[in-house]
Amino acid sequence: MGTVEAHGLRKAFGDVQALDGVDLDVPDGSFFVVLGPSGAGKTTTLRAIAGLEKLDGGSVHLDGRDATDDTPAARDLAMVFQSYALYPRQTAYDNIASPLRARKASASDIAAAVEQVATLLHIERLLKRRPAQMSGGEMQRVALARALVRRPRAFLMDEPLTNLDLKLRVEMRTELTRIHRALGGTFLYVTNDQVEALSMADHVAVLKDGRVQQVGTPADVYERPANQWVAGFVGSPRISLLACRAEGDRLVGAQGWSLPRPRWTTAEDGRPLLLGLRAEDVSVERRGDVALAGEVYALEPLGDRTVVDVKVGSELVKVKARPHVTGTPGDRVSVTVDLDRAHIFDAGTGLALSTAGR
Amino acid sequence: MAITIDEAVPGPATDDAPPARRRGGRGRMVVEVLLLTALAVAMLFPVLWMLETSIKENRDVYAVPAKFFGFDLTLDHYKDVFVARGGGRSDLSGSFLNSVVVAGASTVLATVLGVPAAWAYSRFTLKAKKDQLFFILSTRFMPPVVVVIPIFLMYRTLGLIDTKLGLVLIYAAFNVPFTIWMMKGFVDEVPAEYEDAAMLDGYTRLQAFWRVTLPLLVPGIAATAVFALIFSWNEFVFAVFLTSSQEVRTAPPAIAGLIGGTTVDWGLVAASAVVFAVPVLVFAYLVRKHLVAGVTLGAVRR
Repeated sequence: MGTVEAHGLRKAFGDVQALDGVDLDVPDGSFFVVLGPSGAGKTTTLRAIAGLEKLDGGSVHLDGRDATDDTPAARDLAMVFQSYALYPRQTAYDNIASPLRARKASASDIAAAVEQVATLLHIERLLKRRPAQMSGGEMQRVALARALVRRPRAFLMDEPLTNLDLKLRVEMRTELTRIHRALGGTFLYVTNDQVEALSMADHVAVLKDGRVQQVGTPADVYERPANQWVAGFVGSPRISLLACRAEGDRLVGAQGWSLPRPRWTTAEDGRPLLLGLRAEDVSVERRGDVALAGEVYALEPLGDRTVVDVKVGSELVKVKARPHVTGTPGDRVSVTVDLDRAHIFDAGTGLALSTAGR
Repeated sequence: MAITIDEAVPGPATDDAPPARRRGGRGRMVVEVLLLTALAVAMLFPVLWMLETSIKENRDVYAVPAKFFGFDLTLDHYKDVFVARGGGRSDLSGSFLNSVVVAGASTVLATVLGVPAAWAYSRFTLKAKKDQLFFILSTRFMPPVVVVIPIFLMYRTLGLIDTKLGLVLIYAAFNVPFTIWMMKGFVDEVPAEYEDAAMLDGYTRLQAFWRVTLPLLVPGIAATAVFALIFSWNEFVFAVFLTSSQEVRTAPPAIAGLIGGTTVDWGLVAASAVVFAVPVLVFAYLVRKHLVAGVTLGAVRR
């Protein structure tokens, strides 16, 4: 059992409104990722749920019970800090044992639990070392072990992989998914890395400026972004947004192009819109009737693929292509568009227009 | 006598590569060395003379011209510091004991009050925190002698005149602001996340402070306490004004009291001054690394 609900969390630091009414509903046993750029209020949200931050408003419910005024200890949560926050004077064993000692477990229970979690995380050989004698990756695992040694209501993780190098980060992503599957339990995980969010989460909440922009599965967030900002933040290369408006059964671009209007767009004629095209939903290699005319602006070979920047009028469209695609800047190209996968946003509010039925 | 940082800090390693010659070349270096030597002699001569006087026979102490070398050695002056002429403990040894009690108790009191206060100022958001800290510091702006008279009057009303408790309280009052300021620097350097982690482990905030932060502060506390101890140990003005009886008197006024009779026993004065200076030197030596860390805090990444 371990649900976490946050309602209308508000917190200001001086003039900065870090949390501006954050609502989260973390179901039992889920791997829930809060995704957002730095400064979005992710860490503050997590610290508020942990009871480390005094809130200006809002409430935190754990397992359905109001825990807003509970001490961190009483909330029965475990947390992995971005800085790891391992006690420097203590060995890895003592660090991992700390939550159990604080809760007055017996020495034999502690030894058994530490051994078990050390095996799970492959850190048996580190147990006698102090943090100063460990690498970043090793400290990270010990910090994780200190959280996982207990069965708390939920595990809170504050960008635990951010300080690792790329290779370790990729490794630990898989590892964390494995651990979540092995242990069960509720994971509330905060990150600014969309790859982490999309690859590990079963639920994603996208946070910006202390407000939740969208909550859904990774597929929801990627394929049905609720607004222009989420569409731009999630996905790499970044989604291309082209100014346009609806005119009858056509979408007419500000740059002079014209495409058939998708059936599902509900906008009235003339309203300023943005056409969002993900790099994989457009092509310079396929031929099709629905296409934009442009010229090659730049090629970014990325090994497994090449991203072609195509200039359509004065706007850029990023196009994912095969690794060995050829072209030189200035070449005329036709960008085939898969309109069924396109996104249309209101240019004024940034909100996605009805995407029902997709 | 006060200890300077130069005395507390081990000199620079001499086996380093010689520094690049500065402009001016050898001639300038000679001038520098001469000036520094003159300064060292001027600074250290009184100390050397004190040491010499304390181990000279009385006739050599008063010899004209003064004897730098070739005097007769004696430890009688040191014996006189501790042992009274007719046997038993000397008055001076009682004063040293008072100094130990007063300096020790006031340091403990200032540390016990100041360290948690420093932790609170470092960790919590308080209303007008900067103003509060400035106010605390401002109590150190004025010279202590300014408040001697009001404190004398208050102490007379409270019955604290001529008591060790009175001295302990006034020294602690002077040391608490210093302790708060210096310790706040040390607490700032301990990441607050250690305490956050401990609280999530299941400890209370105070337990987290006690179990996680406090052990990491021990070097800082030692350095701060030594500073407070040296202040209390050396303090003269309040000791002179607020105490009078032999039973309460601390060493600084007692030593000063040796001078001023019809004859002055300079050997005894010098020996007691040495005895007075030794504890300070020993403590400063023991915590020399942390003293520098405390003084240069913020400039040095530890």
